[in-house]
Amino acid sequence: MTTETMSTAMAAPRRAERSELMKQRVAAARWFLLPMMAALAVVAGWPLLRSIWFSFTDASLTDLYGSEFIGFGNYLRWTVLESGTVRYRGLLVDPAWWNAVWNTLRFAVISVSVEAVLGMIVALVLNAEFKGRGIVRAAILIPWAIPTIVSARMWGWMLNDQFGIINDILLNLGLISSKIAWTASPDTAMTAVLIVDIWKTTPFMALLILAGLQMIPKDIYEAAEIDGVHPIKQFFRITLPLVRPALMVAIIFRLLDALRIFDLIYVLTPNSVATKTMSVLARENLFDFDNFAYGSAMSTLLFLIIALMTILYIWLGRVRFDGGDR
Amino acid sequence: MTLKKLLVGMMASVTLVAGAAQAAELAIVSGDTGTGLAFLRSQLDKFEAETGHTVTVVPMPSSTSDQFGQYRLWLAAGNTDIDVYQTDVIWAPQLADQFLDLTEAAADIVDQHFPSIIESQTVDGKLVALPAFTDAPALFYRTDLLEKYGKSVPTTWAELEETAKEIMDGERAEGNQDMWGFVFQGNAYEGLTCNALEWVMSNGGGQIVEADGTISINNENAAAAVDRAAGWIGTISPEGNLAYQEEESRGVWQLGNSVFMRNWPYAYALGNGDDSGVKDKFDVAPLPAGDGEGARSAATLGGWNVAVSKYSTDPEAAIELAKFLASPEVQKERAINQSNLPTIEALYDDADVLEASPFMANWKEIFQNAVPRPSAPTKTDYNEVSSLFWSAVHNTLSGNGTAAENLELLEADLTDLKGSGW
Repeated sequence: MTTETMSTAMAAPRRAERSELMKQRVAAARWFLLPMMAALAVVAGWPLLRSIWFSFTDASLTDLYGSEFIGFGNYLRWTVLESGTVRYRGLLVDPAWWNAVWNTLRFAVISVSVEAVLGMIVALVLNAEFKGRGIVRAAILIPWAIPTIVSARMWGWMLNDQFGIINDILLNLGLISSKIAWTASPDTAMTAVLIVDIWKTTPFMALLILAGLQMIPKDIYEAAEIDGVHPIKQFFRITLPLVRPALMVAIIFRLLDALRIFDLIYVLTPNSVATKTMSVLARENLFDFDNFAYGSAMSTLLFLIIALMTILYIWLGRVRFDGGDR
Repeated sequence: MTLKKLLVGMMASVTLVAGAAQAAELAIVSGDTGTGLAFLRSQLDKFEAETGHTVTVVPMPSSTSDQFGQYRLWLAAGNTDIDVYQTDVIWAPQLADQFLDLTEAAADIVDQHFPSIIESQTVDGKLVALPAFTDAPALFYRTDLLEKYGKSVPTTWAELEETAKEIMDGERAEGNQDMWGFVFQGNAYEGLTCNALEWVMSNGGGQIVEADGTISINNENAAAAVDRAAGWIGTISPEGNLAYQEEESRGVWQLGNSVFMRNWPYAYALGNGDDSGVKDKFDVAPLPAGDGEGARSAATLGGWNVAVSKYSTDPEAAIELAKFLASPEVQKERAINQSNLPTIEALYDDADVLEASPFMANWKEIFQNAVPRPSAPTKTDYNEVSSLFWSAVHNTLSGNGTAAENLELLEADLTDLKGSGW
């Protein structure tokens, strides 16, 4: 009884002290964060708000400042015809837009899934001890280090139907009987884009997963080995659960990237309806078609869709960015 | 930058003291293909020597659609870095507000040029750009192969199909598995609009949107023309042709792997280069005609112009440069070295030009059949019209629906786009 009162009595001022310290720290942190927040507001916040604003106007590139507010007209508007039928117009009923949304989602889901699996395999290999591991680790990063424009051009030539090396190799191996028009045919255009993207970003995935793998203490595996646990079981029971936080973060980074994919598709298969993504379509409307407001509406929806996907992913995957599971 | 300006200022004052004209630093953008950039540089060197100005070339991708997007962005932002733009013939109505009026500056030289070309660059009485060269495509054919198989130059698309098929099959039987009959520009971009406009127009199917603004594309002749082209893919043309722009088709052609090619005159000089596999083995003719009512050979009018940005920091020097690039001297050099067609009528009778590019004599005929793209009636909507058109054609070529279905949808889309008027 006495000890209890004593301990509470002693704890009370200490807690107060600590919260005072915490308050100071939080205040200091706020000051330190301020420049970054200000920079973000200028380079990200302001353009974002302006895009959203433009999406509610009839702005055109030749006359950005003379635009008028038209409400949700770019998203959805309707006219009632004399016969009484209602005709809907605008982004929300634009088949080109929904085709782009579908392309983007398909691209994001397939590329990120394949990259996660391949990245995991590469990471496991690189985590093993073997001679020349350092060189291999560096070498595997090369695709990631090449700028996308350059790698897209490079692959564009490699995938060229008449003088491309891919067709040449496949023909010589006897795997195909006639040259495939990889980027031209709507059946293979998406596959071509996926191949290049997977080639390019698997190293990034592998690197993030490798960092996670190296955090796993070795003694767990030693204990498992003494108990005679099969290596495959070790992977699913030890490695996977422990590397999960790192894997989830890696996937979310890639997913955000994949949802706004632009450069690769713009260079490799520009204008192909089979691969046109939301960003490509938004750019086309913004600059090529002089539909600046309509393109802004697309950018705004793109932003909302990415935000929604991220929230969904975090919620469903219970990802926590401070490490560990919820 | 300030240091640079200071230096330029000092240099300028020195030259001023010396009594010479003020030297300016200019920049020109160009998306030229083949050896075009090197040629431009050689001409600019002359200009620099003559005037004392310095000119930097900013190279751009060769796709006109890509260039346009970039230029529009720069101009909307009031970019002062670029003084002179090389512009496609179709851009004048869309970018007219951003370029200087050259009517006064060019008053003494406009009469030398073809009136139709000057007209295409005049928007509401304002001369937006000066013509540097004009362009009309032709049918390139292999003289050696036609001779070997005893064929004449096709004048209709049906003849072309037949000849191409026969020679292609013959050459393949002799072991050249990479041989094709016909290559053109089938990628989904502005070039496909040019190609398809020729198919449609040569078959009596109108020109997508007529001069008075009516949408004419949904008709039987047009559908038949596009369907016929769809039949080429995988038979006389490689499937990859669906992704070819000018340079890719020239690649196949110049390796000697195609009997026919539809391309612009620039491919003539390059095809006769020393590294070419078809050197002295080819010639050019007007594009074939269709067989519908009102069928005739048709060639899409192309061509490039030079325009001066209204944000240029030194408009006088920039106008001087534009006038230089449109001058008879440069156009003559261009015709000889680049086989680009002059916009100055007198040059078509010039002995030097005809010696270097004897085919140009025939171009007067092709010119008479030239069809403008509907950029004038559709105004700022032209790019979207063109994009809708090439998408509809590309869909048909790729086997997504028949031409009749796709053109009907296209008509509906164009009607929506047009609204109450272009």
